[in-house]
Amino acid sequence: MKRHLISAADLSRDDAVLILDTAEEMARVADRPIKKLPTLRGRTVVNLFFEDSTRTRISFEAAAKRLSADVINFSAKGSSVSKGESLKDTALTLEAMGADAVVIRHHDSGAPHRLATSGWIGGSVINAGDGTHEHPTQALLDAFTMRRRLAGGEGDLNGCRITIVGDILHSRVARSNVHLLTTLGAEVTLVAPPTLVPVGVGNWPCEVSYDLDAVLAKSDAVMMLRVQRERMNAAFFPTEREYARRYGLDGDRMARMPEHAVVMHPGPMNRGMEITAEVADSPRCTAVEQVTNGVSIRMAVMYLLLGGNEPALTTSSTEENK
Amino acid sequence: MGKTLIRGAKVLGGEAQDVLIDGETIAEVGQNLQAEGAEVIEADGRILLPGLVDLHTHLREPGREDSETVLTGTKAAAVGGYTSVHAMANTFPVADTAGVVEQVWRLGKESGYCDVQPVGAVTVGLEGKKLAELGAMHDSAANVRVFSDDGKCVDDAVIMRRALEYVKAFDGVVAQHAQEPRLTEGAQMNEGIVSAELGLGGWPAVAEESIIARDVLLADHVGSRVHICHLSTAGSVEIIRWAKSRGIDVTAEVTPHHLLLTDELVRTYNPVYKVNPPLRTERDVMALREALADGTIDVVATDHAPHPHEDKDCEWGAAAMGMVGLETALSVIQHTMVDTGLLDWAQVADRMSFRPAVIGRLEGHGRPVSVGEPANLTLVDSAYRGAVDPAGFASRSRNTPYEGRELPGRVTHTFLRGRATVVDGKLA
Amino acid sequence: MDATPATPARPVLEGPDIARMLTRIAHEIVERAKGAEDVVLLGIPTRGVFLARRLAAKLEEITGRSVLVGSLDITMYRDDLRLGPARTLARTDIPGDGIEGRVVLLVDDVLFSGRTIRAALDALNDIGRPRAVQLAVLVDRGHRELPIRADYVGKNLPTSLRETVKVQLAEEDGRDAVLLGVKQTTPAGER
Repeated sequence: MKRHLISAADLSRDDAVLILDTAEEMARVADRPIKKLPTLRGRTVVNLFFEDSTRTRISFEAAAKRLSADVINFSAKGSSVSKGESLKDTALTLEAMGADAVVIRHHDSGAPHRLATSGWIGGSVINAGDGTHEHPTQALLDAFTMRRRLAGGEGDLNGCRITIVGDILHSRVARSNVHLLTTLGAEVTLVAPPTLVPVGVGNWPCEVSYDLDAVLAKSDAVMMLRVQRERMNAAFFPTEREYARRYGLDGDRMARMPEHAVVMHPGPMNRGMEITAEVADSPRCTAVEQVTNGVSIRMAVMYLLLGGNEPALTTSSTEENK
Repeated sequence: MGKTLIRGAKVLGGEAQDVLIDGETIAEVGQNLQAEGAEVIEADGRILLPGLVDLHTHLREPGREDSETVLTGTKAAAVGGYTSVHAMANTFPVADTAGVVEQVWRLGKESGYCDVQPVGAVTVGLEGKKLAELGAMHDSAANVRVFSDDGKCVDDAVIMRRALEYVKAFDGVVAQHAQEPRLTEGAQMNEGIVSAELGLGGWPAVAEESIIARDVLLADHVGSRVHICHLSTAGSVEIIRWAKSRGIDVTAEVTPHHLLLTDELVRTYNPVYKVNPPLRTERDVMALREALADGTIDVVATDHAPHPHEDKDCEWGAAAMGMVGLETALSVIQHTMVDTGLLDWAQVADRMSFRPAVIGRLEGHGRPVSVGEPANLTLVDSAYRGAVDPAGFASRSRNTPYEGRELPGRVTHTFLRGRATVVDGKLA
Repeated sequence: MDATPATPARPVLEGPDIARMLTRIAHEIVERAKGAEDVVLLGIPTRGVFLARRLAAKLEEITGRSVLVGSLDITMYRDDLRLGPARTLARTDIPGDGIEGRVVLLVDDVLFSGRTIRAALDALNDIGRPRAVQLAVLVDRGHRELPIRADYVGKNLPTSLRETVKVQLAEEDGRDAVLLGVKQTTPAGER
């Protein structure tokens, strides 16, 4: 594995499977009376959040604490960062405090990449979501959830048919999932109104469809993405009602999915928009499970990056062009 | 001022000749010239070009002297072989009045390294709403003939039409920064395969092309000439080619970086590659080279855009757009156009000196290397190869995309009206 | 764990020896643990797990009752994690209702420095509070670095620090054997 986790594209199949396998072991810790491991004792993990995301932050925080790392939460709001301090100066401060890893959430695509390659800090950088670029730990926890539900909790996702529905254009979750799921052997189909599919998507290793109903029956998992209501104002779609009608998942549509198929959502959900309450609350919806699995995945990532004097060794079979 | 004899220089890349400078003018051109008391420069087969003319330079003064001043910018220009630069209007305050353009013009005079021809803003404050006093700027000591809101597009079709018409009165030209604003809200890089992967806001080619298409049609309709700044797409080339074939009076420029760099470089998220218009694809680069070679694109303009270190030493989204270019322009052109066989040196002189001077209606620049002409000259060692080292730049800023890159060619001497501003590659 | 032997390792114990030793240990357990009713066998991956399963089978044979057997991965409790790349985890599988109030019998292949067992005791501590913890090993090769001893030993094998001891089990290695070899270099106190 590389020293940083910036993009799901950086993970080889073996890296990804190792993370998922490690997360399975981490998940067992949650069932114990003492949900803590001494493994990262003395390590410092900084949660550097330039964007509000309580859910993601507490997931990383719980993961780091279960591994006994010291956690420093650095929120840009109300700090010197909001007063114009640059990412560089913030990074130098964290370096001076001896951060072994920086978990960064940033509104700018590429900020974690910049942090990792600029020489500002020496520790590992873990991307907790950057702009509209990537959110690799989300993709890993999604893959983990799918592997448990669809592939017996072992190996990869070879042959699984995954449909991702919603605002692909602005979704870091979609980007990371396309990379990771295809690395794991799954077949990915993106479904969205054409306005919410990026120009250049033709180069992605997946199919694109504008018709949700046409792909539902051929899906082992349907991942609904959050669609921000503000997009309506930028004319990405005419009305919420029309969006929900064409691209929302309701009970009727869910009934047309194969019996074993699951519904996923990275949260937070817009009930009534991309997903109805009936679907969200059904046992086929894994949203809550995904949150639980998020902690295990983040523990696994932190352990594999920080658990030794260098990241875990795996064969690097990533594509040459990455 | 004394005499200088340049011996054995290939004038416009042709046969080796001697050129004698006497005072401010070229006194003699020929073989085996002798001149008593003249300082002799052994050109040794180097290329002698007319002093280069840049239609598109940001000197940042007044207002952003932390990135560049007229003095440092003209020094950079001299090092790059330029004897005249057009200073863009997006300063603080904006060069939208006679007072500001005269100030820039005067600072240029005082610098002594390179002539500075101020560009006037088309609209007040570059806001695209109200015409600036174009006539007053023209009538001022700065004698402005090129008007541009560069950095911003004159997107209102009526304002653009009026500006095109209005400047006809004094043979001015509007230089359009073609960027449809609504199509480029939040845009960070060329929209395409790479932007889709990187999740950076896409800057579609059509945002440039649609404005160019509109403006050539407007120019045709009102019978004005129009100049298009920094073409960056293959589609823009097609439109200009079509417009010229229809006899529309349009000229266009391309920057050296758009002839060499592509959006693949953005994968590094290094803001040194962040520029407006954005780096495009290999296909665009090739179309631009071809267009510059066949004359569809008239001139090379640097769009020299200095920024202080902190504006580039940050995350991509927070970084300023722009690259310095004066000191590397000729090397990039040799690399992309001459060494590839697309242009010979005479054509380089045409694209980088003669034609820019004609578009800007400059006097005393972009003249042939012949007797009686002003001695604005640039001597180029085209055999030189070396890595770009920004630490040695004369510019106050270092935001070059070529750091460490090996490029051919080096300006060894620059003469501004007979006076050497650069000697052996160093400022005189 | 052990460096590549410079000379071919030679078997000091063969399959039948190992089977005999395990049978003996099983009888000792039944004897000392009074029928082994509340015993949970936890093998330490990788080979300790196979030994634990074999021991459990023998115990079931002797007592006629089913015996709880599982595995305990000690990787995240090791004291040498920072001396190498992050290690791959093995399965921890605590059978039945856990270890609370039971006798945990840790099973490993080789007892050497004692550090693995130290880590195992720490790991157990986070899982529950057993009534007692005991240790069974196939081979005790000496050179303890911590105050730890085994309750059940298949064979005491006097070694020098230059030597390597390698246990092979059919489940993992295709055959049963204990191999004694010589290290190419001898960094003192390794492991």
